[in-house]
Amino acid sequence: MNVVVCVKQIPDPAAPPALEPGTNTLDRSGKLILDDSDAYGVEMALQLADASGGGEVTLVSMAPNGETGGLRTALAMGAAKAILVSDPALKGTDALGTAKVLAAAIKTTPFDLVLAATESTDGYTGTTPVQLAELLGLPSVTFAKSVAVDGTTVRVERQTEAGFDEVTCPLPAVVTVTAGVVEPRYPSFKGIMAAKSKPVETLSVADLGLEGQVGAPGARQEITDVVAASSRSQGEIVEDEGDGAQRVVAFLEAQKVI
Amino acid sequence: MSVPTIWVLAEPTPTGVSTTSLELLTAARGLADAVEAISWGPSTAANAAVLGSHGASTVHDVGDLHGSLPGVPVAAAIAGLVASAGAPDAILIPATYDGRDVAGRLSARLDRPVLTNVTGLAEDGGRLVTEHPVFGGTLTVKARFTAEGPGIAVIRAKSFTAEPSGGAPAAVAALAVPETGATGAATITASHAEERSGPALDEASIVVSGGRGLGEAAAYAMIEELAQLLHGAAGASRAIVDAGWVPYSHQVGQTGKTVKPDVYLAFGISGATQHLVGMKGSKTIVAVNKDKDAPIFTICDLGIVGDVHKVLPALIDALKNR
Repeated sequence: MNVVVCVKQIPDPAAPPALEPGTNTLDRSGKLILDDSDAYGVEMALQLADASGGGEVTLVSMAPNGETGGLRTALAMGAAKAILVSDPALKGTDALGTAKVLAAAIKTTPFDLVLAATESTDGYTGTTPVQLAELLGLPSVTFAKSVAVDGTTVRVERQTEAGFDEVTCPLPAVVTVTAGVVEPRYPSFKGIMAAKSKPVETLSVADLGLEGQVGAPGARQEITDVVAASSRSQGEIVEDEGDGAQRVVAFLEAQKVI
Repeated sequence: MSVPTIWVLAEPTPTGVSTTSLELLTAARGLADAVEAISWGPSTAANAAVLGSHGASTVHDVGDLHGSLPGVPVAAAIAGLVASAGAPDAILIPATYDGRDVAGRLSARLDRPVLTNVTGLAEDGGRLVTEHPVFGGTLTVKARFTAEGPGIAVIRAKSFTAEPSGGAPAAVAALAVPETGATGAATITASHAEERSGPALDEASIVVSGGRGLGEAAAYAMIEELAQLLHGAAGASRAIVDAGWVPYSHQVGQTGKTVKPDVYLAFGISGATQHLVGMKGSKTIVAVNKDKDAPIFTICDLGIVGDVHKVLPALIDALKNR
């Protein structure tokens, strides 16, 4: 079974984020790394491909610059190859534009299943995978906490407000996985070395025939203002000197909740 | 001025419609001349009164989905309504599992953008302005659609307060689902509810949450015990949900529940952006963490820099002995 995993390279979440002056979009000019939440999809894909007894895992990603560092991380985990759509014209692309790009790129490779995270850590829009499914004409199951493939059917335990649903869906399909669906492996030294020579195919917006549909003009939305949010003032911060619990009790009493 | 027309996705629950749906109707009727709802499931007619009293003049009823996941059929039905009735200026959708599916499907079907993580709405020159918290809620980004309608806005729970206006029951109009082909093939075969005692996490007036600082899964029992003693609900950070210590339904934050209790107690939670977005609307916040530089301390009313393994047991004992 061939599995495509949509992955995103994002600014390091540990670094302080910033908005670009002028556009007020997220500054992505620094070094980019593999979004942690994508490691779960990569791992799930590797396990499903293994269990099916054949096929390979292909990464599909999009970046305004030619960044491949994050892709190499996922290749080192065991993915066979990557397709990177990279083009300065992609700067400012929104979720739907991203879905158009990913859909066009995915169509260039054979697949039975597309996996993605439920949302990225940097933009957390959380709609791209479903938009992608609609553009590909495929069913989708979001918020999977477990995924199993049984012949040509994917069985998913999907999060709900109350608990979870068991959902079945014929392949090909798009499935989004929550963190915790599987435990991602750490790339081995051998994997890291092998990743350096794995193929990363780079495509442009023109290669995919999407000129004019992506980038800031294609987003058809604008940021009109950025203002400081009303902030909570910091309260009393004290070191626990054995009286921490009593201080909490006193606070709860003052709030009249006990 | 006001926005001419807004539609609201009204999500059914086993007992009616979701509170978030009513919050969105309340906000919509303050912004728009005409407000209509779209709903599905077997009980739409029974929900017409509450939908009407919160501002919907009409509810378009997609009906029983026969086990399909809602995203595809509901989005297809709405797209059909846009084609037959004309596009509204905006469609407001609750930021839930099914709501996000509907928004994504509808966006691709209609080729219209989606704005997500909306926590505020305003009107400017007859157009909708959306507000989005970024960077852990320290900044608010204001945005608007520049394409023709409908703009699709996915809105977080508890962004508004649901208030009835005394309006008449909404008129119920059947809305057919067009053929959805292969896209509609995902089917629910069984549903499971996770058992929990006490108040629901997103309705409790006291929430006690634990995070990675608890050290191990077994320590979460103290969080549950304290929540029970305070007649509150037990919550969790994403870190320990991901680690498999507690079910996803306990998660507070960006990908979990939004809570606004009177008192939020955070034990061993550092306060990642992901978490803060889901709880910073709490009336008061108490945090216990051993790292004095933890971001959670910047927004709390009482912060105890200390070991949760000392403070939690002592707090449980103190409450038991009252």
